[in-house]
Amino acid sequence: MSCYETFTNYALRSIGIGERLLPKTDFTLCDQIVLIGSGMIWNIYFAVLALSLGFFFAVSLALGRSSDNPFFRVPARTFIFIIRGSPLFIQFFLIYEVFVLIPKMGWDINLGFIEITVETRWLTKAWLGALITLFLNTAGYTANIFYGALQSIPKGDIEAAYAIGMSKRQVFWRISFPTMLRLAWPSYTNEAIFLFHATALVFFSSFPAWRQEGDALYYASYFADKTFNPFVPYPIIALYFISFTLLIIGLFGYVNKRLNRHIAKN
Amino acid sequence: MFEYCTDPKLIEGFQWWSCYLTNGKHISFYFSFIVVLGLLALTVPFILLFGFTGALAQRASFAPLRWFGTIYTSMVRGVPDIIFFLFVPIAMDQGIEVIRHKIKCSDWSEPIRQGNDFVVCTAAKMPLSSSPQWVHETYGFILATIAFAIVFGAFAANTIHGALNAVPKGQLETGAAFGMSPKQIFRRIHLPQMWVYALPGLSNLWMILIKASPLLFLLGVEDIVYWARELGGSKTHRFAYPHGDWRLGYFLFLLVFYLFLTWVSEKVFDRLMHKLSRGQNTAAGMA
Repeated sequence: MSCYETFTNYALRSIGIGERLLPKTDFTLCDQIVLIGSGMIWNIYFAVLALSLGFFFAVSLALGRSSDNPFFRVPARTFIFIIRGSPLFIQFFLIYEVFVLIPKMGWDINLGFIEITVETRWLTKAWLGALITLFLNTAGYTANIFYGALQSIPKGDIEAAYAIGMSKRQVFWRISFPTMLRLAWPSYTNEAIFLFHATALVFFSSFPAWRQEGDALYYASYFADKTFNPFVPYPIIALYFISFTLLIIGLFGYVNKRLNRHIAKN
Repeated sequence: MFEYCTDPKLIEGFQWWSCYLTNGKHISFYFSFIVVLGLLALTVPFILLFGFTGALAQRASFAPLRWFGTIYTSMVRGVPDIIFFLFVPIAMDQGIEVIRHKIKCSDWSEPIRQGNDFVVCTAAKMPLSSSPQWVHETYGFILATIAFAIVFGAFAANTIHGALNAVPKGQLETGAAFGMSPKQIFRRIHLPQMWVYALPGLSNLWMILIKASPLLFLLGVEDIVYWARELGGSKTHRFAYPHGDWRLGYFLFLLVFYLFLTWVSEKVFDRLMHKLSRGQNTAAGMA
């Protein structure tokens, strides 16, 4: 089988398109590169969705934690403490067990004009269950970063904004929020890298890979098991991860430049 | 454990629980907590060693050594730690076996890699297939420790490198002005002052290390995650203590254990930071 055929057969294997059977013998370098790359689709899917959804939840959590109202502050603090104090690995297991125990049935939600059936069995599938776990995890860590940034906004900036007659809402959107992002951005970049790396745990630890549709590490360890040679698949997956990490650093660096474009350079 | 535990089917309530929680498998479960804490305690000196080596390599005046330090630290930043945990033990195992094969069976003519097989002579197996079970387990544990030390050593190298650079130049210049040799400056001024800058990073690293410890399970070590899954799974009536699927309960217990561990660590590091800051040239030290 030529490398081009391998590519057309296996490039989308991880999402169930293409050849059903994985190669069993005579693994070529091409097989390994294509299949592991195919698995990266899942890593990117988890990272992009968890980060972008987690961002909004993190902002609300950070605001909740810095609120004067204990009704908001206490739950936000507890949530952040639990997420930051326990291993992601345990969180995966725990949430998977919870989702398994939820009775496998559908609930009908009546929205008045339309009826939606909520199926709970999807929760035990990785695409939803693991996404929820990663979303909660990154929200907890990011909220802590944003909370720290909120605390270190210069007081004078906020007082000045009130002094020129801005409303509370204006102060938040024009002063606090942009400053918070600016201060938090370097740490947030680190968190994004960590979350991207954490996506490698999904299929490997708890959520079963359905029909052998797994992420990059799932295929890499498949090859390592079959060939007894760790020196090919693991460097391949490492190179994939390094290149995507560099991409994240580049993207976040660009945003960082935009956030700081009004600051004088020295 | 207790005398009334001989037939668990006959007892219930408190007695049942006291027997259930002290049966042989639960004792192994409790022991595995010590295994995890042992791994954490054992890796720390190696992490600091790797960290110092990496940091000093990054500062070396000999260029290839500097490149090595930089590549080592940045590589671990770009690749998920779990990949190292899977790769390092098996790679080291094979490396050791190849070397032993070359020494002990030099008359062996066949290649080691035959297609998808990895073949070394029986005498080169590590550990020998005839050795008892605990040798195999200890060997696996040592390989896991080394994998942890390599990965977290790179993180530590980053922190220590930054901390060494953070010590004010004036302090070192003063040492030189007093006529100290470079070695003396490093040992008497640079190193003692470095710690206060390294501590926030190292405490963060310790938290990450704690939270990475359940990955031992993936390396085949019988750790707390292994036992939680084993004990929590539903048991039919053929077992002495039948129960349903209790894994959720066991994992909640692990969650509490880790929350407690990180909480205590945070308190300890706060106190340590307070102590180390005394008399230092930093904001906290001035106060």
